[in-house]
Amino acid sequence: MAKTIKEINEKIKKGKAVVVTAEEIIDIVDEKGLEEAANTIDVVTTATFGPMCSSGAYFNIGAVKPKIKLGGGRASLNNVPVYTGFAAADLYIGANALPDDGPHNKVFPGAFKYGGGHVIEDLVAEKDLKLIATAYGTDCYPRKNLKTWINIKDLNEAVLFNPRNAYQNYNVAVNLSDKIIYTYMGELKPKLGNANYCSAGQLSPLLNDPYYKTIGIGTRLFLGGGVGYVVWQGTQHNPTVKRKDNGVPQAPAGTLAVLGDLKQMKPEWLRGTSMQGYGATLTLGIGIPIPILNEEICRWTAVRDEEIYTQIVDYSEVYPQGKKGSLGEVNYGELKKGKITVQGKDVPTGNLSSYPKAVEIAETLKKWIMKGDFLLGEPVAYLPGPDSGYSVKPLTERPIKEGG
Amino acid sequence: MVSKKIVLHFPHTLVDQPIVCKLVKEYDLEFTILKANVTPREEGLLVLELSGEDKNYEQGIEYLKKTGVNVRPLSKNVIRNEERCSHCSVCVPICPAGALIVEPLTRKVNFYSDKCIACELCVNACPLGAMEVHF
Repeated sequence: MAKTIKEINEKIKKGKAVVVTAEEIIDIVDEKGLEEAANTIDVVTTATFGPMCSSGAYFNIGAVKPKIKLGGGRASLNNVPVYTGFAAADLYIGANALPDDGPHNKVFPGAFKYGGGHVIEDLVAEKDLKLIATAYGTDCYPRKNLKTWINIKDLNEAVLFNPRNAYQNYNVAVNLSDKIIYTYMGELKPKLGNANYCSAGQLSPLLNDPYYKTIGIGTRLFLGGGVGYVVWQGTQHNPTVKRKDNGVPQAPAGTLAVLGDLKQMKPEWLRGTSMQGYGATLTLGIGIPIPILNEEICRWTAVRDEEIYTQIVDYSEVYPQGKKGSLGEVNYGELKKGKITVQGKDVPTGNLSSYPKAVEIAETLKKWIMKGDFLLGEPVAYLPGPDSGYSVKPLTERPIKEGG
Repeated sequence: MVSKKIVLHFPHTLVDQPIVCKLVKEYDLEFTILKANVTPREEGLLVLELSGEDKNYEQGIEYLKKTGVNVRPLSKNVIRNEERCSHCSVCVPICPAGALIVEPLTRKVNFYSDKCIACELCVNACPLGAMEVHF
């Protein structure tokens, strides 16, 4: 029997909703069958906890006396530059931002111990941050310099706003060359020394809703320990990739742009991250509830690691040169066993995404919903699906001639 | 039986002499080289895990000291900051000593510090900075 989000929310308000995690639903469907599972279960919680580079936060620092217009000026937080292109007192910091005078990769591989992601973690941890700003001065905003400690508690708004999170599936990264390489997928040892992947697999939000039938614009979610929303498809959203018969993409596909109140978040779910030789970023926890509106949606949430496939990609040549080519396909069941076979060789695997943390998030979200604290958001619009024709495009360079 | 991790410093006068092999030949000890280095000024550094019968071990260490080798216990430890570790497992294939292993049931990463050789590869590889060196 089909349900609506409205009906499920009524049950949540009465404390009567039946909520399970995307891990638990697998056995329930196995034992009870799809029909009974779809009838009895109201919500399945999904989650992921991993590095998400396209993340950042904006905040309003409040007016100072005399006034300063940060817009068009320069500013840094704990020596990490922040973006000043918005009005007088709004700043945005991206997770990948790095100090101007940092060593970066000058001594290779750089350690990238402190960047935008770390600033965001410190902000959420309610630490005082050093704001240094310069402006050009106007009649209405005369001040040209500002040096002050700021704290999230004193900011007017502090909002996490991430252009691309929660990738629906991701590559397995390997290194075919004979020297070690340092990538955003971690350290890759030469000659297939290791294989790194980055997904919660059967718990991952968009792998449980492969056609974006319930996760859309307006979906309410667990974001960094607080409450957030899906606000758009993420950048590089690519729903048209090849899919298995179960609808699950076999390569990186859908993405989400998400937003939430940074003041509600907790550093435990939002960690500054250093990728050796690559840069600084943010590791983030996201949990998304899927309303079980019908049997089809229920079946999708019961997907297991062994049914989710992804591509093995060489990061020494194929990825950096933008070439096409997969070294083969593996499923997450194989990856999670700790060893896969690539070109006849046994290769140990490592996951950049924490499955135990994803389980914790899915359980937390489950509790919130069962307690009646968290109602499901009804999408006001849906994300472009596989039939939309929407896909990611590379940049075709048009060289600029001298003087042009 | 005894098995210990030790740090040996060889003065430049000793680096070209066969010393460690005698631990095997004359004292019936076994060793695993955890780290080896000769500095530009030709002083040698060797980190070993040395094992054998208690008496042989003592005599072997005594022999090393007599020849002029500086012997110290390995005092550098890698410690996991449990609050920062997310149990992601990216360190697991990096660890050459098998000290970081995924527990199949919980999917958590167990850190066996007794197996750790303090090579520090995990320290730089951990994205969350959870692996720390303590002296």
